[in-house]
Order: sequence, then C-alpha cells, then structure tokens
Amino acid sequence: MTKLPEAEALLPKLAAQLKARVTPATAMIGLHTGGAWLAERLHPLLGLKEPLGFMDIAFYRDDYAKEGLKHDPKRTRIPFEVEGRDLLLVDDVLYTGRTVRAAMNELFDYGRPRSISLVVLVDRGGRQLPIAAQYCGAQLEVPAGMRLRLKRAADGKLSLELERAG
Amino acid sequence: MPGNPQLNANGELQHLLSTEGLPREILVQILDTAESFAGVTEREVKKVPLMRGKSVFNLFFEPSTRTRTTFEIAAKRLSADVINLNVAASSQSKGESLLDTVANLSAMQADVFVVRHGSSGAPYLIARHVKPHEHVINAGDGRHAHPTQGLLDLYTIRHYKKDFAQLTVAIVGDVLHSRVARSLIHGLTSLGVPEVRVIGPQTLLPAGVEALGVRVFHDMRAGLKDCDVVVMLRLQNERMDGALLPSAQEFFKHYGLTADKLALARPDAIVMHPGPMNRGVEIDSPVADGPHSVILPQVTFGIAVRMAVMSIVAGN
Repeated sequence: MTKLPEAEALLPKLAAQLKARVTPATAMIGLHTGGAWLAERLHPLLGLKEPLGFMDIAFYRDDYAKEGLKHDPKRTRIPFEVEGRDLLLVDDVLYTGRTVRAAMNELFDYGRPRSISLVVLVDRGGRQLPIAAQYCGAQLEVPAGMRLRLKRAADGKLSLELERAG
Repeated sequence: MPGNPQLNANGELQHLLSTEGLPREILVQILDTAESFAGVTEREVKKVPLMRGKSVFNLFFEPSTRTRTTFEIAAKRLSADVINLNVAASSQSKGESLLDTVANLSAMQADVFVVRHGSSGAPYLIARHVKPHEHVINAGDGRHAHPTQGLLDLYTIRHYKKDFAQLTVAIVGDVLHSRVARSLIHGLTSLGVPEVRVIGPQTLLPAGVEALGVRVFHDMRAGLKDCDVVVMLRLQNERMDGALLPSAQEFFKHYGLTADKLALARPDAIVMHPGPMNRGVEIDSPVADGPHSVILPQVTFGIAVRMAVMSIVAGN
C-alpha cells in the first residue's frame, strides 16, 4: 500500500491548478461533508465573486431502495443562480463516481449550468460510471475493501484517513 | 406486543403510528430531515427523485381535504406515485372489512399506506398485517393520535424558538377530542420542553390529563401568562355530544384567543392552530391574521415533515 499523502500539502497544489484556469465569475459548490470542508479552504484562495454553495446529495442517491435514507442529510444551500454559470463541484475523494452523478442531477434541478468541472483532493480509481475529475490533487490506488476519507481536526487541519469499509 | 410496533428489528422507524413511545433520536431525525426537505420546497423544481417507482396509497376512511392534500403533495415531491382512495365512499359501504381492503391494495403493489380512520387503533391493526416492505403512516385515528400534525407543530416550534429546553407551551381548548393535542404533548415532553400547559373547561379536558406531564389551567388568562407558544385547538363541533358546552359564544368569551388575552403571553410568543379554524369561536380574526400567527407557515412546514416521514419509513 502506498503511503497516504498529506491533505494539507495537496491543497496548495490543487489551488494552483485552479487559479491558472478559473475566472472570478465561476461559482463553487462543496459536497457534504468532506467536499464542503475542502471547498471552504479553496474558495477564499480563488477570489471568486459568488459565495460558496453547499450540497447534500442524500435525496438523489441511487441506493435509497437498498440503504434507505442517510441519517442526517444536510440542507443544500446554493446562494447564486445556477442557470448559465460555470461551476466547480468540489469533493474530497473520487471513487465510483456515483456521488458526482447524483450531484449533477441535483444541480440541474436548480438550473442549466454553462459548464461543470469536478475538483477532488484524491482520485482513488475504481470508477463505476464514466466520470473524471478536471482538477485533482493526487491519484492513489486504494483496494476496494477500504474507505478513504477526509477528516477535519478541531483546529481545522485536514487529513486523509484509510479505514476498513464497514 | 413485543417491543414498539413502530420500529423494526434495528430500532428504525418502520411505521409512524404515534409520537408516543418514539425515541427522542427518531423525533430529531425526522425534524432534521424535514429541514433539508424544506430547502427543496423553496426551489423552482420542488421535486426530488428519491421515491421514484414507489406507490403511496392515501387511505382515508374519514373525510379530510387538507391532510390528504398535504400527504399527496409530499409524495409527489418525492416522485412517488400517489393513489387517493376515498374508502368511506366505496369498499366500506359495500361491506368489505378493513383488512380485506388493505390486502387488496397490497396486491396492487403498495409501498406506503397513509391511513386516516375514525376508530382509534385502526392504523395499528393494519400495521400488524402488512408485508415487511409495506409501511403505515397514521394520518389521524379517532381521538388517539395524529403524529404528522404533532411533528409539524414540533418543527414549527423549533423553527421559531430554536431550542425546546426553556419553553413554556400552552395548548388551549378542546383537548378531550383532540388527537393533535395528544400527539403534540408526547412530542414536547420527549424533546424536553419543561412546561406544557393545557387550558380549557373541565368538560373538554380528558380525565387524568396530568398524567401526560402537563399543568392544567381552567382560567385562560392565568394559563397564558409568560407562554412562548400558544397552540389553539379547533372546537370540534362535529364531535360534540351537546352537553359539554353552553354555546360557542360562551366558549369564545372564556377560551377564545383575543389580542388582549395574548398580551399576557411573552411578547415574542407564536400562535399556532392545526386548522381548519373557527374564527370567532376559538380564535379571534385579528389574532389569526396578526403578527404572532404562524398558522400558514405550519401548513408549508407540514409538507416537508410529511416528506421526511415518508422517505424515512419507506427506506427502512
């Protein structure tokens, strides 16, 4: 198994990629919970005009019939017009692609964006849908039985954590 | 009955039959989930795909327009298919038994039954006989319970008051016939409201109501003093046996909510009513339409709360 990278060290790399290509009119949405933490760190670095949006895709998941409703869905809050906008969708870890699929479906219920780009801290492979990240902090091989997650410490520091999927 | 008939083997909500005996965590889960759905109901597209392909049967053995409509809207906003059955007008009058009606609907692939019935306990009977993947939501049974109304009242109180821990809540009027009052009292005490009062004439309060953990007042002015929340109940004319009250005018004089009585409550008190209102009987028009009234927001919140209940039970 490869050693886990430092999330804090990946952040400036990711921000540099974004800065090179993002205009101030672009808007950002973080996916609860890890993606929201990451977006909260990236957003102030990019000089975007619109406030940060947050999304919880609980009501758009494709495994509701099997798993039921997630225990504590957060409220989606998108404080800007989605119609016609260039959007950055931010998540912590890209894996099967199902979360991103659900997020795109939810977004289109707010309007028709001009474009959506996907920003992730880590791409761990294992895609089950034809989805790719346009901005990515690191690529990692993680075995299927493991869960890679972003954690946030009390002081706000982000770190990656690997645990057995339960 | 082994355990709680509302919960499955994992302690999750299988049916919603009453707020009585619902663990506090499940009450909070429903209120939190409803808050997320409230965001959906404020959007341009007020619909999520969660319950696509599921069928919700509205089974109303007793007439109701408002409750049935809000359940229908909630189910549609979850993308479920909704079938409305006015059972009072069909099967029952042809002599079919309650369980035969349900068995027939079950054969039509139901996922959720929303049941209103004039007899207390009818939804429990149905819940005991449905298949494991079918869920029952009580939309009002006799004088017993109306849990989604109780939950939307709790949601409304939390929305305006944020925290239950310091509140004084008064429930006023015909508590005796009110399933709404019972459901709300159980919810309030489970969520830790320190003072729940019931206000009404002796004849309209159930005997032994104190056992539910409430303070009883017969003098409305004394009962309203320093309340944060005033819940007015509808004077249930159609349930009235006759001898309980001298007249509606007399009732209004003693227990109708007027601006000068409301002035005894806290300055930021909210006024709630489950509807439909009898203006000039239990509530004066200037109060019903006044700045303290949150009666119409209650209706809006009711949709989000019913979306939460439906999607939680149907997913368990």
